[in-house]
Amino acid sequence: MQHWIARCAETPLDAVQTRVVPEPMNRRFRDIMDRWLLPLCILLSVGWLIVGVAFPVLQLLIRSLYTDAGHFVGLGNYIRYFQTPSLSVSIINSIRVSVLTTVISVFLGFGFAYMLTRTRIPGKNLFMAIVMVPLYAPTLLNGIALTYLLGRKGLITQVVHTYWGVQPPLYGAFGIVASEVIYTFPQAVLILYIALNLSDARLYEAAKSLGARPMRLFFTITLPSVRYGLFSALCVCFILAFTDFGAPKVVGGSYNVIATDIYKQVVGQQNFSMGAVLSMLLLGPSVLMFSIDRMLKRKHASMVTSRFVAYEPSHNRLRDGCLLIYGAGICALILGFYATALYASLVRVWPYDVSLGLWHYRFTGTSGSYAAFFNSLRMSAWSALIGTTLTFIGAYLIEKTRPFPYIRRLGYFCSIVPMALPGLVIGLSYIFFFNTPGWRIGGFFDLPNPFHTIYGTMAILVLSNIVHFYSVGFLTATTSLKQLDREFESVSESMGAPFYQVLFRVTLPMSLPAVFEIMTYYFVSSMATVSAVIFLYSADIPLASVAIANMDDAGDTAKACALSMLIVITNIVVRWGHHVLLRGLMRKHARWNPT
Amino acid sequence: MSDDRHDIDFLKVEGIRKVYGRQAVLKDIDFRARSGEFICVLGPSGCGKTTLLRVIAGLEPLDAGRILVEGKDISREPVFKRNIGIVFQSYALFPNLTADQNIAYGLVSQKLDKKTIRKRVTELLELVGLENLGNRYPAQLSGGQQQRVALARAIAPSPRLLLLDEPLSALDSQVRLMLRGEIRRLQQQLKITTMMVTHDQEEALSMGDRILVMNEGKIVQDDPPAQIYDHPATPFVAAFVGSMNFLVDAVRIDAGLYQYGRYRLRVNGDDGKSAGSSVVIGIRPEDVRIGRTDGSSANVLMARVQTLSYRGSNFRVQFGVASETEERFLLEADVPSDTVRRYSLYPDRMLNLHLPAERLRVYDAALDCSLCRNTA
Repeated sequence: MQHWIARCAETPLDAVQTRVVPEPMNRRFRDIMDRWLLPLCILLSVGWLIVGVAFPVLQLLIRSLYTDAGHFVGLGNYIRYFQTPSLSVSIINSIRVSVLTTVISVFLGFGFAYMLTRTRIPGKNLFMAIVMVPLYAPTLLNGIALTYLLGRKGLITQVVHTYWGVQPPLYGAFGIVASEVIYTFPQAVLILYIALNLSDARLYEAAKSLGARPMRLFFTITLPSVRYGLFSALCVCFILAFTDFGAPKVVGGSYNVIATDIYKQVVGQQNFSMGAVLSMLLLGPSVLMFSIDRMLKRKHASMVTSRFVAYEPSHNRLRDGCLLIYGAGICALILGFYATALYASLVRVWPYDVSLGLWHYRFTGTSGSYAAFFNSLRMSAWSALIGTTLTFIGAYLIEKTRPFPYIRRLGYFCSIVPMALPGLVIGLSYIFFFNTPGWRIGGFFDLPNPFHTIYGTMAILVLSNIVHFYSVGFLTATTSLKQLDREFESVSESMGAPFYQVLFRVTLPMSLPAVFEIMTYYFVSSMATVSAVIFLYSADIPLASVAIANMDDAGDTAKACALSMLIVITNIVVRWGHHVLLRGLMRKHARWNPT
Repeated sequence: MSDDRHDIDFLKVEGIRKVYGRQAVLKDIDFRARSGEFICVLGPSGCGKTTLLRVIAGLEPLDAGRILVEGKDISREPVFKRNIGIVFQSYALFPNLTADQNIAYGLVSQKLDKKTIRKRVTELLELVGLENLGNRYPAQLSGGQQQRVALARAIAPSPRLLLLDEPLSALDSQVRLMLRGEIRRLQQQLKITTMMVTHDQEEALSMGDRILVMNEGKIVQDDPPAQIYDHPATPFVAAFVGSMNFLVDAVRIDAGLYQYGRYRLRVNGDDGKSAGSSVVIGIRPEDVRIGRTDGSSANVLMARVQTLSYRGSNFRVQFGVASETEERFLLEADVPSDTVRRYSLYPDRMLNLHLPAERLRVYDAALDCSLCRNTA
């Protein structure tokens, strides 16, 4: 290398030394912007979370202590719930099906994740893609597909009935558990896949050099190293199954669970107090599981060392063969499951006239139409656009700025809490909060509700979706931001650049893959969700997922199935588009990353 | 600078305190810097040196004290108004911007026109010797080149003060050695007041006009490099900058005369301590002489060679010195390879060591001596 100092003498240094001072007016404005814009943004981003998350839940809690007539009864409503056997059975039922679902799902998911991480089976990406399909479907569809398989006229029922003369007990606990296992399976696989992938190969090498056999390796290294992931998967599956509304709505029959009871109390009997009580009961276990999961994660985070060597599976034909059969079997089940639904939606009259056509895709009548589908598309697009913007900026302000450390910590808390909020709880609490014209404080002072105007509009649907799916996006953004150098902001600030300059020129371009991921997640989830929006949609804005529930209620199962398939196909197309876009983006990013 | 008052007090740091929770990280830091001076902040990890730098930059709020630049208090000013250039340990180069764009980053926010920016970026690239690499992304540059881009980016907006946070620690030793000299020469050329944080004593000694040695949140010595090495203010400084043998629990007999075990040691200069007080006497390994240099028996010890370790140009020899109580204390000496051959040093060989009076340093026994080890 040459000495660059030697040429310094020739460089006109005074050109470097002069600093151009902008005109004073401009300067004053910029000073004010630089000083106050960032704190203002932080307050705003935490503020909307408080309005969108904390206030409604608080209102719901308060509401559960009052009667519908507005009298304060303390825990009276709760006592009434537990003293009414027809009501209180729901919490036992909910816990029973959720626990069963969780155990089955995590057990099966572990095997599948093990297959993905610890074998040399080719085509793992395809296996992974197939088991992710349930993520794109409304859970109502799981119930509907099950009725086509195991219902009175189901495919499997016919076979079983002809040969053994028995009827599968679809409606009730069995149906709910079967649907929820399919719904929660991809989540279990994802979490366990990540946990198994993080196992340190050096530990295995050390153990092998000390003479450990495969069984001992599994119990002394594999299981302990994934125990946090395993627990996390248990928590997540439990919460999902416990709070899901779609599947029990379709195949629950007379087996009451909390989720369907909330709907029945609120929509069927207009009993809002009991709805609030049930919501709190739905919220309680979710928050508990969520808290345990967070606690363990924090403990775990300190144990993961930054330097670890990825595990490379060895050659083992027997192991690979067994797991290939297992993995392929699961994929076949899931594909068959949705293929049945697709087939059923195309068949003229199940099971008597099996000629194929698009009869059921001509949505007419009162229960739903293409307007509902397009409303869902619009709602999901808005949720994706606004949600991603809010999520990314929120995560950025919390992760990368310095003012208000305590307020930012509160913001972090408010950002991850929605993960524990069931959609039904969000929906019902939004009714209570946004439908209130105002509050009377201290008996004489009336405070009008400034957010009342969005009630019954597209805005409240979008807001409820953003809140419902905020945490996952937030954590995705935070993880991506953490990988960027902590000092980018400091460098930029020291050079007199405002914070948004580094945000738009560096942080955002570097985080684009995460931004796309969040956007797709918002879109896909908003398309499929039914629980939050079922309380919030208005007659002028019908939604596809709600229409599915109504069609199914009205006995229009084939149409419900067809509309569900439309959602699944839309979501898969969006996910595929995401994939194509991301590949193009990664090519550009390759120049920026050293590896 | 023509104004002398400003020249002496270009940067004035007064009574800075910084507390994290219950732990005080900076305890009443005071120092001054002249315009154009290169100051190295040296200390072990966790001594608060990086925090000091971040407080001066405005990246951490301070709990007490003031920072003045050219007489103006900047301690409450936000970072972007302080006009300070920073080079971080990780460089923090924006990975999605080319070297050009990285250097231009601070100029863009000054609202300069495109031509001026273009011209200055070219000058700066030349200045750091990267003329043809302006359109490369950071990931396409070597570590040393990245370092130069970071430096060019920091000086591009012509800051009043340049702060370097361990700028060379991520580089391999060859590149580091070369960049040391080049940063120093660039700094002198631009006459930019610079503060560099480092834990590498050699780096501090070779680059700084002055060194602030820090330990546990305090400045323990603030002197030019030669003074730091030759007259370390405390045993800590002596042991941290280079190495030193310590004779613990020596007793003062008279002015410049001490008793250590059965040996009498004469020391140049008097410290004005009272007779009978306990002191620590230090001597650097390279100052220990082999063999008797004159006829007198003053400052001569009987020693036995214990181990020799080869260091290329010299040997680090460990001697066991017999003391009164038959307990041996260890003394290390750096002996040129040539001398080792001449005296044919090998383990168990007995010989005389001479401790020159002018090379002995006397410390109060109460001073921190956590790094003093000398018993066998």
